Amino acid sequence: MVKVTLQEVTKRFGKTTAVNRISVEIEKGEFIVLLGPSGCGKTTLLRCISGLEKVTEGRILFNEGDVTNLPPKDRNISMVFQNYAVWPHLKVKDNIGFPLKIKKKPTQEIETKVKWASEMLGITELLDRYPHQLSGGQRQRVAVARAIVMEPEVLLMDEPLSNLDALLRVKMRSEIKKLQESLKVTTIYVTHDQVEAMTMGDRIAVLKDGKLQQIGGSNEIYHKPTNLFVAGFIGSPQMNFINVEVKEEENILIVATSGLEIPLPPAIPIKKSEYILGIRPEDIHIKELPNSTRVTGEIYFVEALRSDTVLHVNTDFGKLVVKIPGDFDAKEGENISLYIDNSKIHLFEKESELSIL
Amino acid sequence: MRSERSLAPYLLFMPTLIYLAVFLVYPLLKALFMVITPEEGTGYTLANIYAVLSDSTFWEALKNTILLAAVIIPLQVFLALMLALFVNTKFRGYMTIVYLITIPLALSDVSAALMSYNIFSPSGYINKILLNLNLIKHPIYFFGFNATTSEFWVIVITEVWRATPLVFIILLAGLQMIGREYFEAADVFGFTKFQKFIYITLPLLKPSLQSALLLRTLFAFQIFGVVWLLAGRDIPILAGETFYQQTELQQYHIAAVYGFVIALISILISWVYLTFLKSAKEV
Repeated sequence: MVKVTLQEVTKRFGKTTAVNRISVEIEKGEFIVLLGPSGCGKTTLLRCISGLEKVTEGRILFNEGDVTNLPPKDRNISMVFQNYAVWPHLKVKDNIGFPLKIKKKPTQEIETKVKWASEMLGITELLDRYPHQLSGGQRQRVAVARAIVMEPEVLLMDEPLSNLDALLRVKMRSEIKKLQESLKVTTIYVTHDQVEAMTMGDRIAVLKDGKLQQIGGSNEIYHKPTNLFVAGFIGSPQMNFINVEVKEEENILIVATSGLEIPLPPAIPIKKSEYILGIRPEDIHIKELPNSTRVTGEIYFVEALRSDTVLHVNTDFGKLVVKIPGDFDAKEGENISLYIDNSKIHLFEKESELSIL
Repeated sequence: MRSERSLAPYLLFMPTLIYLAVFLVYPLLKALFMVITPEEGTGYTLANIYAVLSDSTFWEALKNTILLAAVIIPLQVFLALMLALFVNTKFRGYMTIVYLITIPLALSDVSAALMSYNIFSPSGYINKILLNLNLIKHPIYFFGFNATTSEFWVIVITEVWRATPLVFIILLAGLQMIGREYFEAADVFGFTKFQKFIYITLPLLKPSLQSALLLRTLFAFQIFGVVWLLAGRDIPILAGETFYQQTELQQYHIAAVYGFVIALISILISWVYLTFLKSAKEV
């Protein structure tokens, strides 16, 4: 187990900056998720940590040791690739055991460890098969078994579940998380899937355009997004964003736009007048509750998921998406009253897109 | 409707079947017929086969053909593999090198042989350079009845130069088919460069290597133009003797025996390689 420290890590490809001065400290045994849309630099950052890419600037430390210029094989890491990269010409047991064979471990030890890893992943019956005789999910397990058999100090995973079907993905999510908890190996996991990030990560690092946007636990990322991007990227359906002005009425700051006025809690640092109000779909209710703001609108579209119902409502200030738990009998074209929970609103500066509430 | 659909596949490969029948099966049967019938008269005979097998030139031709194949093919495969590995590092301007290497593909064996002759003949480049540098007093004779060893090696050089590009192209294509992630996984799991080559590159290149070997071996047993132009019958070979019997001696039935031997060897080689390939695929 090591602590991984990234210091101002930058990676440029020609004129493009894929990773831009990222500094993160990953604790021993932590499961950290690098999350972001495609092209945000998350995979490049992972490859820098693996040593498959050379960083342009900055340093990478494993505990106190500088590994910035070490080749992958000298870092005591292992990796699970997006398309598994299970060697097609080797049987499952040889795929898993090869890293140990390369390190010239005794045959007895290799056999024991291959057995251990395959039991961990539930693939003992597949050991004598070739990869082309396996399903995608089974290949995935082989790739993970191969990655843990070396007992690496850092385990890197590059979108390991993205090629699996939805049901299998949910199953593997918990399995990988449980496996990591039992191995206590420092794990860095790349994904573009926010659900994977929220459910698996001890902490989540959200990236965009090669820059670190926010790092924190799922609770913090979800409830206290630092900027408009994080607020919009995390959560489904997406947070509602409404352009508003902030003004002062009777010594109280309120955010306002046509048909909407919400009082702000005291001591909000307000400098300019243009802001974006953010409110999550589940923080808008159909029943009145204390400290809420009533708005009215016309139901434009209903997504009846049965576990919840998502309403798209046209209001004077734009479209609002509302998530109501359970079944809700609503007809498109109907008028509806909605109650925004005043305590749950977010406020972003329009220019900097930074959160101030 | 149903019968039409089941006919469709056969109709689709009909052109291929007709081609094979007209240009392969018929000539083979015709050759076989010629092999077992006498030059003059009627009936069946083994005299042609006996005549060929008791002729020491046949055994020499067979030996030379095998010897040439045994020297040329490993050289070609080794060179082509090295070139393909080198080009596949994709250095700046590597496509130019690919074009340069593949130029000989556009040459017929006759033009390759003529170019080779211009280099190695008594008044060729090599002798001119050596004479002008005063390194030799008289031109070196690479060709001639007394110089079959140097003839042999000139043929080897010419064939290697001429046909290595084919192997190179097949191997390069094979290398480029191997996913980058297999090597990256190897990097992560501690393989050295040499271990990557032995444990990843070679096994994954095996299908391409086998195709290249099959093609080259088949062509090697049909080697004719280069040998015929550079050495004539100084170095008898199977295809050369076929031609000689057919056009010079007009012993058509003897020529048929030679032709048939080449065909049999080709079929045998294909069978061996294909069996080999099949078992490799199951792996």
